[in-house]
Amino acid sequence: MELLSLSAVQLGRAIREGRTTAVEAMEAVLGRIEEKEEWLNCYITLDKEGARRRAQETQKRIEAGELRGPLAGVPMAVKDNLCTRGMRTTCGSRMLETFVPAYSADAVMGLERAGAVLVGKTNMDEFAMGSTTENSFYGPTRNPWNTDHVPGGSSGGSAAAVAARECFFALGSDTGGSVRQPAAHCGVVGMKPTYGTVSRYGLVAYASSMDQIGPLCGNVEDCGAVLEAIAGIVPESDSTYVHRKDSFQGALKRDVRGLRIGLPKDYFGEGLDEEVRNALLKAARLLEAEGAEVDEFDLGLSDYALPAYYTIAAAEASSNLERFDGIKYGYRAGNAEDDLHRMYKRTRSEGFGKEVKRRIMLGGFVLSSGYYDAYYQKALKAKALIKGAFDKAFFGYDCILGPVAPCTAPKLGESLPDPLKMYLGDVYTVAANLAGLPAISLPCGMSRAGLPIGMQLVADCFQERKLLQIAYTYEQCRG
Amino acid sequence: MAEKYETVIGLEVHVELATKTKIFCGCSTAFGDSPNSHTCPICLGMPGTLPMLNGRVLEYAVAAGIAMNCDISRFCRFDRKNYFYPDNPQNYQISQLYLPICRDGWVEIEFNEDPAQGVEKLSPSMKNPSLRTKKVGIHEIHMEEDAGKLVHDDGGDYTLIDYNRAGVPLIEIVSEPDMRTAQEVIAYLEKLRRILQYLGVSDCKLQEGSMRVDVNLSLRKEGTKELGIRTEMKNLGSFHAISRAIESERQRQQALLESGREVVQETRRWDEGKETSYAMRSKENARDYRYFPDPDLAPICISHGFWEKIRAAQPEFCWEKRKRYKAEYDIPEYDIDIITDSRQMAELFEATVALGSQPKKVSNWLMGETLRLLRERNLDPSDIRFTPENLAKLIALTESRTINSTVAKEVFEIMFTENADPEMYVKEQRLAMVADEETLRRTAEKVIRENPKSVQDYIRGKDRALGYLVGQTMIACGGKADPVGASRLLKELLQQEVNEA
Repeated sequence: MELLSLSAVQLGRAIREGRTTAVEAMEAVLGRIEEKEEWLNCYITLDKEGARRRAQETQKRIEAGELRGPLAGVPMAVKDNLCTRGMRTTCGSRMLETFVPAYSADAVMGLERAGAVLVGKTNMDEFAMGSTTENSFYGPTRNPWNTDHVPGGSSGGSAAAVAARECFFALGSDTGGSVRQPAAHCGVVGMKPTYGTVSRYGLVAYASSMDQIGPLCGNVEDCGAVLEAIAGIVPESDSTYVHRKDSFQGALKRDVRGLRIGLPKDYFGEGLDEEVRNALLKAARLLEAEGAEVDEFDLGLSDYALPAYYTIAAAEASSNLERFDGIKYGYRAGNAEDDLHRMYKRTRSEGFGKEVKRRIMLGGFVLSSGYYDAYYQKALKAKALIKGAFDKAFFGYDCILGPVAPCTAPKLGESLPDPLKMYLGDVYTVAANLAGLPAISLPCGMSRAGLPIGMQLVADCFQERKLLQIAYTYEQCRG
Repeated sequence: MAEKYETVIGLEVHVELATKTKIFCGCSTAFGDSPNSHTCPICLGMPGTLPMLNGRVLEYAVAAGIAMNCDISRFCRFDRKNYFYPDNPQNYQISQLYLPICRDGWVEIEFNEDPAQGVEKLSPSMKNPSLRTKKVGIHEIHMEEDAGKLVHDDGGDYTLIDYNRAGVPLIEIVSEPDMRTAQEVIAYLEKLRRILQYLGVSDCKLQEGSMRVDVNLSLRKEGTKELGIRTEMKNLGSFHAISRAIESERQRQQALLESGREVVQETRRWDEGKETSYAMRSKENARDYRYFPDPDLAPICISHGFWEKIRAAQPEFCWEKRKRYKAEYDIPEYDIDIITDSRQMAELFEATVALGSQPKKVSNWLMGETLRLLRERNLDPSDIRFTPENLAKLIALTESRTINSTVAKEVFEIMFTENADPEMYVKEQRLAMVADEETLRRTAEKVIRENPKSVQDYIRGKDRALGYLVGQTMIACGGKADPVGASRLLKELLQQEVNEA
């Protein structure tokens, strides 16, 4: 049996039925890592011995009948901004190079309870700020489809690891597209659940009002299984919506008859790569053939999503990242301990990378007195209007179909000199974060250059089941 | 010709709430334990942790707002106040700026107009013809978290941080600039303290820092409306410091204005030892706190039901009790003022009276022995442990003359210390007075036999001799005889001696 060709759910079944073991699955993954990691750099921290030990313990519990879920014994990777007890959590930053949390994120604990086995922590843009995984203190991750290209970001390590089978599935975080966009660039399925479906406890915050943890998987079925394990966990926090326990796996049926799918004209206009547009329209026709009603409509306000997003995200980030000051943990600049404020400045100047410092300064500016109303307050108003535009759209449609990114994965080094151009690449994904909506990115073809193309489906709040059903149907009929 | 200036004072009062746990995590709020023993990843601001509001904090803040006649916001939110300093583990404080929980209230203060009376002695209980009342406006009350404590090394080499206090819930009560004198300020603080203690939301101890007062003070020419430039005074650790600092700052500003200079808007720090203040920071280098709504905490909607529940649970406050006591109980006004000064004392009084004890007797025990022991042991009325049932039993034991007053005091002290049941204690310790006539008679006869000289004195008309014989009888009974009964019996027996003589 070629273990690495199985999906996470197929592997889980094989382990439960005794056709293979958690230990064998882990060895297969570690073997693949051995072979590929040197080229790809998916992981920041790999704990091979720990992974083997955890796989053995899990296998015992499976054999003892304690673990029966679909993910029991399946090797997983976790983005390095999700806290893992006893395993360092760097957020891709020099600032947290030595930080070992004393607690695990709720989502990680949910998966551990389901029996998934942690392999290691994946590479990311520093503090999830970036769209290419090049802004990592630990070096860039490369796209498994073509190592001259980036995997997307900021959850690029997770996406590349799933694509290269250096794990069977992974967790990422999505603040403005950081799960969906790398999933598209690496040809895997990535989902951003509704804001509040998954507890954020233990996710190191970038922009708290938009951060959401999501799965990166080989297919839609795996995505449902992972969501099942991480959603609706008793929240540790005030800001987690206590969500009734949906059966996400139950939504996996091939049926879109009568469902209305809208294509926003604003998303298919200028700036969208021709190959990407054609792939999306082909996907839309396939869904139409399956019985969905598909037509175009005006979503409106899409020009305001990017500026509103970058204003709000930077503002929240500037405050969220204040705790990294060299006092309590993490990096502290040397030879600056005689003066507190000199120590702060040197620590933060040396500990943070360029992109993080850019966003902290931007955020500090939009919140400063005299500019709050002109920038931050205005961005909040735009956010409310954008939510309103989606509310209106969902009166007419069950789901919105559009691109994830304007083009396929850029080449390494191409995006760094022009951050504004990189920001523009997030134009199709940020709206779902501003409005708190669930969205899924799934492969819908390959470019002539051999890079994956992604399609995005967006649904109304807490309509993850509908989203999974449409995505699953597409995946089945695509063949 | 010197101009006359009016002093305008507004206060910002921080009050630590008496919740068991912190505002955003489950750590204890206990004061005085070893450093960093009451901390967790949340109140240490570790990466990835999230705050969760302690519902009790909201209840306490709303209760304070209702008691201070405030409008309670139907919709409120927490904001972040950003500043870099190690006492705050996240480098921002979670507070409320844009939408505070309570707004636009007032409290009525009673104060003594005659400054010669002295601030320290001022008490609303004092009968003084110049006692006046006044309403002081409450601008707003908001909820926030306290910061940790920095402990600086004496040698100046290092600073240690204790985060036990980080995340202890506070409310900040911001008054309108309605006060004019230190007397009014102290009266206002007394009033806040009484309200908050009666509500049970804070113990308001200035010395322990559970009540902290910042004084905003400005001067303006008498008769003008426009407010002058103000300063904010910090580090005021006692009522004494507050009134000294007000006087000092008033004089400083007056001297500036009289010499044609301007007051600088700044924050000043009071040095209690030197009785003077110095500037900490001026408006020019004021920090920009970059306030914005905290995205980690959901906005709060106060329902009518929640408001009504808190309102219905408001206690009868001391000024209300005073009125009622005057009408209901035949006890002196002085007693009423002392008893109602604390909610615990007043409730103990009412409960004991409800059990059938005579109000004046209850008041005597509270005003006398209870206060004496509280003072002696440096305790607060909130530390009283004995129950109204036991106090009522003790009073009944004295009323029925089962024990005399000396024994009663002894029993009270035991009851005060360990809430002992007086009936049981008297029985176990055999403290009941020698009640049976026969024993007492035999003892008296014995005393008469053994003290022929005193008997002779009595027969010769020396009444003092009776006192001596009563004393001897008491001693012979181990102090448990009823002195009135013993006296009566001795007189009877001595009369026989007189007759026989």
